[in-house]
Amino acid sequence: MSDALAGRAAPAVEALLRGHRLRPWEALPWLAAAAAFFAFPDYLALGSQILINILFALSLDLILGYAGIVTLGHAAFFGVGAYTAGLLAAHGWGEPLSGLVIAGLVAGLVGLVSGAIILRTRGLTLLMLTLVIAVMLQEAANKAGSITGGADGLQSMQVAPVLDLFRFDLYGRTAYLYCLALLFLGWLAARRIVHSPFGRSLTGIRENEARMHAIGSPVFRRRLTIYAIAAALAGVAGALLAQTTQFVALEVLSFERSGAVLIMLILGGVGRLYGAFIGVPLYMILQDRFAQADPVYWDFWIGLLLIIVVVFARGGVLGLAERIARRLSGRR
Amino acid sequence: MSAALETQGLCKSFGALAVASDIEFRLEQGARHALIGPNGAGKTTFVNLVTGVLTPSAGRILLDGDDVTALPQAQRVKRGLARTFQINTLFRGLSVLENVCLAIGERLGVAGDLYRPAGSRRDVVDEAYAALERLGLAGDAKRLVRELSYGRQRLVELAVALGLKPQVLLLDEPAAGVPSSESGIIVDIIESLPAEIALLIIEHDMDLVFRLARRITVLVQGAVLVEGAPQEIAADPRVREVYLGEREPA
Repeated sequence: MSDALAGRAAPAVEALLRGHRLRPWEALPWLAAAAAFFAFPDYLALGSQILINILFALSLDLILGYAGIVTLGHAAFFGVGAYTAGLLAAHGWGEPLSGLVIAGLVAGLVGLVSGAIILRTRGLTLLMLTLVIAVMLQEAANKAGSITGGADGLQSMQVAPVLDLFRFDLYGRTAYLYCLALLFLGWLAARRIVHSPFGRSLTGIRENEARMHAIGSPVFRRRLTIYAIAAALAGVAGALLAQTTQFVALEVLSFERSGAVLIMLILGGVGRLYGAFIGVPLYMILQDRFAQADPVYWDFWIGLLLIIVVVFARGGVLGLAERIARRLSGRR
Repeated sequence: MSAALETQGLCKSFGALAVASDIEFRLEQGARHALIGPNGAGKTTFVNLVTGVLTPSAGRILLDGDDVTALPQAQRVKRGLARTFQINTLFRGLSVLENVCLAIGERLGVAGDLYRPAGSRRDVVDEAYAALERLGLAGDAKRLVRELSYGRQRLVELAVALGLKPQVLLLDEPAAGVPSSESGIIVDIIESLPAEIALLIIEHDMDLVFRLARRITVLVQGAVLVEGAPQEIAADPRVREVYLGEREPA
């Protein structure tokens, strides 16, 4: 019976039923990351930073790209995760994996509590409140210098080998693979969420919140849930940075970090799950190159690139690629 | 038997402006009821009050005899109240099929599922597709809503609301903005809805109202002017006054 139905399923039905299946090209980021490990052994530290920022941008994509929540304070959760992992490691809890889990939980809790307050607002008010939360946390970390190290940063972290086997080495090999493994897990989780009925309902909220209310969706609860999940994921990214560099600076909570991750995601493409995988390496490699060529004004070139993307390639690199693909297939 | 929907002394004012004043209204089970009135009479405000978009200043709203005045929109939907919008309010960037899937998923309580893929719920997708077939939308199932003509989008409005399998359905000007050549389809669909659904149709088009409604309420300046069978309303001198614009401003 069900086979007979399957045989006659309309293309539109098939498309929805197959929407979550893995496509061959989805292996590309992982092949590239593996290749980079062997091809650029001297750049593994930069590589780890890129992987961490991809995870961070991926968490932002969940709330910005899918639920339509614009935030200028996503670093709040990155920073909470970084300080949690850092403080644990500085006070004798050097086991990295449990440190990551705890950091993620703490950041998720901060997301849940702050979200419960600020997600009742919309638009500019919400935007400002996200910014305020991050600024408040950064100021708190600055003031609590006896605990966080303040402007000098948190030092004296002792991170144990991963699984008691892989020591964090000077070349950054362990760090790179550790970050890659965690990014993979984070991507799996994000991908599951995005393709779940919950994830589709987030897209509905982004597309038309009024209609979501009218079809009986608990919009506030859905927004809060994804906000807390994204906060936890951002917290894991921050914890990865703390553990792999064995240092936490106030910068992890900064507005610059919140802004940069937003720019990286926009460059790659928002709401497509893979924008982070394109935008982050693009931004960070260009930043690395620009900073070498022009140590003072490299920001300018990044800014110029952003303007070009926003004006001529809305939807970022992936949006542009989609339009080109559509045009090519239309010509056939 | 309690009414499918009832309002008691429903009031709403924005500052000094009363947009709903003391509205006593009953929508019987399985009713075919129309709410008419000149522009600015407060028809859409009434829908927004009943569905919970707006909070009334005073009065009560009952669904099937239960007081729902304090419930949020989503809870009222769970109790069988659905609406369409005067101006298309759809998920424009999603496919037609997915628009309906979202509604069905919410109704079946699967929409909170974070783990299993949406595509694994074949029952949801199949039901949505069958609904589109009934409304003659199957051919557009895969297209994005924003790519459809306004008239076709009006049908998606209906399909999304019907995906909720409501007991009470509020149709806010279902044929608004649709050329008369296409509005016939919409009227046919409304006429063929299951008899147990209580329908309230807010409408400007008198032909449509007299074709669909067996009972009519006239709303003027936020208050019920008169209620009755279509013939009574058509013959009522006060209604003629309002519609011919001879009434002096109060």
